[in-house]
Amino acid sequence: MPVLELDALATRHVGPLDLRIDAGECVCLQGPSGSGKSLLLRALADLDPHAGEVRLDGVACSAMPAPQWRRRVVLVAAESQWWHARVGAHFPPGFDPAQLSAVDLPPAALDWEVVRCSTGERQRLALLRALALQPAALLLDEPTGNLDAGSCAAVEALIAAYRHAHAAAVLWVSHDARQAARVAQRCLTLHDGRFMAGVPAAEAPA
Amino acid sequence: MNAVVLSPVDLAIAAALIVLLAALSLRLRLGVERQLLVSAARTTVQLLLIALVLKVLFEHAHLHWVALMAAVMILAAGREVSARQKHRLAGWWGYGIGTASMFLSSFTVTVLALLAVIGNDPWYAPQYAIPLLGMVLGNTMNGIALGLDRLTLDAVQRRAVIEARLALGERWQQAIAESRHEAMRVGLIPIINAMAAAGIVSLPGMMTGQILAGAPPLEAAKYQILVMFLIAGGTGLGTLVAVSLAARRLFDERHRLRPERVGSRP
Repeated sequence: MPVLELDALATRHVGPLDLRIDAGECVCLQGPSGSGKSLLLRALADLDPHAGEVRLDGVACSAMPAPQWRRRVVLVAAESQWWHARVGAHFPPGFDPAQLSAVDLPPAALDWEVVRCSTGERQRLALLRALALQPAALLLDEPTGNLDAGSCAAVEALIAAYRHAHAAAVLWVSHDARQAARVAQRCLTLHDGRFMAGVPAAEAPA
Repeated sequence: MNAVVLSPVDLAIAAALIVLLAALSLRLRLGVERQLLVSAARTTVQLLLIALVLKVLFEHAHLHWVALMAAVMILAAGREVSARQKHRLAGWWGYGIGTASMFLSSFTVTVLALLAVIGNDPWYAPQYAIPLLGMVLGNTMNGIALGLDRLTLDAVQRRAVIEARLALGERWQQAIAESRHEAMRVGLIPIINAMAAAGIVSLPGMMTGQILAGAPPLEAAKYQILVMFLIAGGTGLGTLVAVSLAARRLFDERHRLRPERVGSRP
């Protein structure tokens, strides 16, 4: 079962932090801008140099080749990036276009040109692209930041379904306390690079 | 057929052009008269000095003197490569990668030409070695400077895309592949263009010089072809090596992009 553990993880002005996210658990991360949420996610994906250790299922990040770690612990950045002309080229071969319906997009979306996609469409596609790697842990940086209410609900449902089906550990950065209460079992607040007291999501102010 | 020997008066007539241009610049307030005169003076002094150095070198054609001269040329070219880049690798890397790849490519290509093609005795005869190295080096320097500049600029500008690709589990070689290809292409384009245009648009400088010095045009053309190929080989190899080394240096052993290794000049 993929458990994500942080052991005295520190990067730039963040940490050292200890945290355990159980298999199938979703932890919501809140905190003001500049508190280090995105830096923490980047360190977890091993995109930034860091001190301390992260373990997935007991296996240390440093014990695994970095590309392999990043396919197991996938970061979905707040702003999605695209480098091929067409959407489909960013997906692994054998990706089933039917999965696009989970985020309210037609199967033909794989043939779309990236430049013609709206920010919200790109954000949903980027999430699907990440899930196509079948990660054991998901690091989500405001995955519904540019979405309307309908798409937002679809994305929340998709992530919940994935989490249950794969017993994935999810760390979800959100600015919306109501969303945090909907999707997460626990809520953490990052302040100046440190966790403030953890509040169960259900009791978080709505 | 012998070349017409130029007298100081001949050069003075040509220099009058520079003075005229400077006067025009002053009159039209272009503000380049000072630069123009200084660089004209530099050309005169530098070329006469190097002629003296070559004269001495030709009279004492020992391998170690030729090697020393070649080393000075390579180090100067390395400095030039690093000075021309807007974003360059921080520390000694920017200088080191450019110089090392120039050494690898220009030296190999020149020594190959001296040994296998020209076959003089001794093979390091400075009359051949130094001008050949100079021409190969000058062009390789261009290619490497262009290629490295493009690569580091691209890495800084496309940082988000490169990191997004890394975040999806790509290796650094894949994540930087497009930038690396583009940088290599940019480094190679000038010499490709020069080869395509040679003889039609422009008479290359070396061939012109040989013809002015009285060589039969066909012999001059053959030498020019040789030099063009050497330059292309040197530039190509040098750019490939330099861009590959620099791309490697942009990432650490954990396949992380390290943009702080690229320093922007103030």
